[in-house]
Amino acid sequence: MYNEKVLDHFNNPRNVGELENPDGVGEVGNPVCGDIMRMEIAVEDGRIKDIRFRTFGCGAAIATSSMVTELVKGKTLEEALAVTNRMVAEALGGLPPVKMHCSNLAADALHKAIDDYLSRAGAAAADLGAGERAPAAAAAGCPDPSADPCPGCCGKIGRERGDGPPPGGETPPAG
Amino acid sequence: MTEKTAGQGAAHEAAAGRRRVYLDHAATTPVRPEVAEAVTRHMLSEYGNPSSVHSLGRAAAAAVEEARERVARLMGARVEEVVFLSGGTEADNMAIRGVVTASGKSRPHVVTTKIEHHAVLHTCEELEREGLAEVTYLPVDGTGLVDPGDVARAIRPETVLVSVMFANNEVGTIQPVKEIGRVCREKAVPFHTDAVQAYGAVPIDVDEFGIDLLSVSAHKVYGPKGVGALFIRKGMNVRPLVFGGGHERRRRAGTTNVPGVVGFGVAADLAAREIEERAAHLVPLRDTLVRGVLERVPFARLNGHPTRRLPNNVNLSFEYVEGESILLSLDMKGIAASSGSACTSGSLEPSHVLLAMGLPHEVAHGSVRMTLGTGTTAADIEYVIETLPPIIERLRAMSPLYAAAVAQRGRAGRP
Repeated sequence: MYNEKVLDHFNNPRNVGELENPDGVGEVGNPVCGDIMRMEIAVEDGRIKDIRFRTFGCGAAIATSSMVTELVKGKTLEEALAVTNRMVAEALGGLPPVKMHCSNLAADALHKAIDDYLSRAGAAAADLGAGERAPAAAAAGCPDPSADPCPGCCGKIGRERGDGPPPGGETPPAG
Repeated sequence: MTEKTAGQGAAHEAAAGRRRVYLDHAATTPVRPEVAEAVTRHMLSEYGNPSSVHSLGRAAAAAVEEARERVARLMGARVEEVVFLSGGTEADNMAIRGVVTASGKSRPHVVTTKIEHHAVLHTCEELEREGLAEVTYLPVDGTGLVDPGDVARAIRPETVLVSVMFANNEVGTIQPVKEIGRVCREKAVPFHTDAVQAYGAVPIDVDEFGIDLLSVSAHKVYGPKGVGALFIRKGMNVRPLVFGGGHERRRRAGTTNVPGVVGFGVAADLAAREIEERAAHLVPLRDTLVRGVLERVPFARLNGHPTRRLPNNVNLSFEYVEGESILLSLDMKGIAASSGSACTSGSLEPSHVLLAMGLPHEVAHGSVRMTLGTGTTAADIEYVIETLPPIIERLRAMSPLYAAAVAQRGRAGRP
């Protein structure tokens, strides 16, 4: 089901953990869906000097989290914002189709961490070329991002149950 | 038995070049050598069609009838009440659809439960979509038990069938089948039970339990895949699913799968002889595994009933980790298990059984089912008890939910 590269990142994930004083933190997913990714970044001179992640989820969720940290470490924020979920999957040599939407959200978590940094720093995302970003759902290979609920989306569960926000709270349903 | 099967396990390990522990016997079992021998013989030399008049055909027919007797004996049925078909799924389909469409009622009603196998649930849903039946899906308690009182209350004048599984395939909970059978008798409603997991594992007697229809499958009892049987009590009106020749007393058309049926017969015969021995072997191993893991891993729980459960079923939930990543990690250590997480169910929702038992989604995602077999050894269980806790620990160290939970609940705390 998974290729060697995915299994390697699952078994030996890069940059797991957290930073002492992160400059930006981003989290996507929710425990009800079975996937949650948290990225922390340290920024220096407009570059991602260091990055750590923690992920609750399946093999693909862990591997994509690990891969995105490798892809953007040392890169400028502009370069990091241009990384899409699809690029992460490609860097891993591909993911099973069913995993493309639900478990392939690592770039979204990274972008949130950068947005968090930018809002703390008072900078405007537009100044950093964020306009080049593809919409998250489309980048993840969502079958029909305009549909509500999105047919590939975990957020559906929370909505269908109709019992308010999922446990763990502030995190909006992924996608 | 133990010696022979232990030998098999060792050969298996040697072939793989590393330790292999297969704990997915609820998914399927290896065929016993005696079964494989009978199947091979009926493919290579005794290959006749039981419908043929010549001696090769007559020999095949005799072999099928011998198998029918063996399969019937293990459930306390009469020979002519057993119909061979392609497996447990077809048996469930035939029992439910066959009774509904033969009922002659204008609005037939079926009572079933929320924890049935998809072979039952999806058949019921399809009958609803086709406008052929109304269906009531009964809830279960936190251990997966159906309340026979709920069954009684759900039955109405239009009810044509009650279908409640004998034992659950995911959590192993054994239902109060006798009580449900009694309720059905009192209300004069036929009772179907999916006994795919229970058959050969626990004693079954269709008369004693008041069962009118019962589904079984060969490959769960060390028999071949692609063959099963439906017990249809004499006098029950069940419309066939498959039409064609007059095979199986016109109940199931299609040339009989003689090798499969004969293999099923051998497997049923072995199960009948060994049923007590198998349970005596499995129950202590099962309980050792549960205790060993729960003692070593905090924030874990046993799903299903603590005592009313199949001798080979262990189903555990580990909070703050996701089932598929546990399975992948176990597989790398040579341990084959399964999970009720959404990722492994092929849908967005985790196991419908665990959700029906009231588990929150996030806990259901972290479930692992390990089902033991006759070849499982004490050393296998020890290996799993040593291997599993570090896997959970590693995944938790990666989980953003775990750090927060430990801070809140304390490291050793139980939920």
